[in-house]
Amino acid sequence: MNQTRAVKTDSKLEKILAAGHLAVTSECGPPRGSDSDLIKKKAELIKNHVDAINITDNQTSVTRLCSLASCIHLKLMGLEPVLQMVVRDRNRIAIQSDVLGAASFDIRNMLCLSGDHQRFGDSSQGQNVFDLDSMQLIQTVRRMRDEGKFLGGDEIKRPPKLFVGAAANPFADPFEIRVRRLAKKAAAGAEFIQTQCIYNLDRFEEWMKQVRDRGLHEKVYILAGLTPLKSAGMAKYMKNRVPGMDVPDDVVKRMSGVPKEKQPEEGIKICVESVQRLKELEGVAGFHIMAIEWEEKVPEIVEMGGLYPRPNPDAI
Amino acid sequence: MIVADRKPIEEIIEYIKDRDKVLIVGCNECVTVCEAGGKKEVGVLASALRMYFMNQGKEIKIDEVTLERQCDHEYLEEIRNIVDQYQAIVSLACGVGVQFMSEKYFKTQVYPGVNTCFMGVTEERGVWSERCQGCGQCILATTGGICPVSRCAKRLLNGPCGGSSKGMCEIGGEVPCAWQIIIDKLTALGRLDDYEKLAPLKDWSKERAGGPRKVVREDVRQ
Repeated sequence: MNQTRAVKTDSKLEKILAAGHLAVTSECGPPRGSDSDLIKKKAELIKNHVDAINITDNQTSVTRLCSLASCIHLKLMGLEPVLQMVVRDRNRIAIQSDVLGAASFDIRNMLCLSGDHQRFGDSSQGQNVFDLDSMQLIQTVRRMRDEGKFLGGDEIKRPPKLFVGAAANPFADPFEIRVRRLAKKAAAGAEFIQTQCIYNLDRFEEWMKQVRDRGLHEKVYILAGLTPLKSAGMAKYMKNRVPGMDVPDDVVKRMSGVPKEKQPEEGIKICVESVQRLKELEGVAGFHIMAIEWEEKVPEIVEMGGLYPRPNPDAI
Repeated sequence: MIVADRKPIEEIIEYIKDRDKVLIVGCNECVTVCEAGGKKEVGVLASALRMYFMNQGKEIKIDEVTLERQCDHEYLEEIRNIVDQYQAIVSLACGVGVQFMSEKYFKTQVYPGVNTCFMGVTEERGVWSERCQGCGQCILATTGGICPVSRCAKRLLNGPCGGSSKGMCEIGGEVPCAWQIIIDKLTALGRLDDYEKLAPLKDWSKERAGGPRKVVREDVRQ
């Protein structure tokens, strides 16, 4: 359990974290169309097993139903969305405007990201914006919330009350600044962190040690990111093709070592074991379970990981 | 220098195929260094065009000239007496030269003969790469002399993003990660602590976003 910290927003996620409970978040990717039922169905699968649900923002630069509208759908279902926002597609006018739009629906959590380069997606010939970077997005939202001011200096009537998060990748290059970069995000005003998918637990523990040495785990809540592997092929793909992903050989070997039809089960097993091991690690404040197009497995992972039932934030 | 690359000859043929007299104008500055629009390239392009139209049975008179620069009145004036003899000019200067020519000789059609790419360096003969985007407010003092605006694919002022892998950028194509270089440089300078200083929001009004820019120096103005 972490020590309690002051709560600054009405976010249920913040409340749970501040009370020292291990939080559980997950995420849903919006559909490539306007059918809101698809996002609602995904949310239904996981809603009883997580504290908040991230909605991705045109991830991998593939155009989808927008994150904000998807978050509103979840909010109308009585759930707790985490609005992901990338700086790739918005200038500072659009960013501040969308933040106010989210706040007008009392969306209470936001994750500030750079966004994948557009070359990966369906609009590789399009412009990118990058008026701000992810650190400056964090600063912007905190300024809007804490000072009640726009970047231009004017006062905001009814400032947005968002719990502000950021991503961290303990495995990306250059390795020597991985902890410094987290320190920078904390200094910019990030309050919670969701990490890149962890497969190399030894290396993650080493990173966490450095994080603790600098006391950063007392400044930001760190949610360990986990993605269950569906197959040996996926493990190899993640290892070889996804930049900044560290999948050790023994994980690939373990997945390849079981028959194809048993591989999904093995992937879940690895994920659950990771939860069990990392639960005990000082500084880990919770888990962010990204079951990519496999949302139905989230409840099982949460239950087997010993993270169920979820605390009732209204009773805290 | 301003780095340009040659346009496909088919594109230039398409521009001038209905003309009878065309002047190809090279530039002795940047485009000569990057081997896209100097005297040599003017000669090569003119010969190729003559050969193409001869094979097509079409007569076009194609003349050549290379000026010292195309971004100064002084040198552009050198062709004033001959411009009227041509129905079109193909300028192998950068986009700056093409435009200055087009503005000066207002009744003459001026076509671009190169694609203007960026401000950059010669890494080795035949390899040029970008170093500056002219953002109007240089921040190199804070980034170890390496520019994230021109060399990071996301222009991150507080990079790197999660896509930096083994020193390379996530966009591929052998593009080095600018932030890897910045961090290596700060480390070499013993100033890695500087990495943790947050870069403030940039004033992009000094850049393209603020509209066409102008530098006026009253102290040297005549």
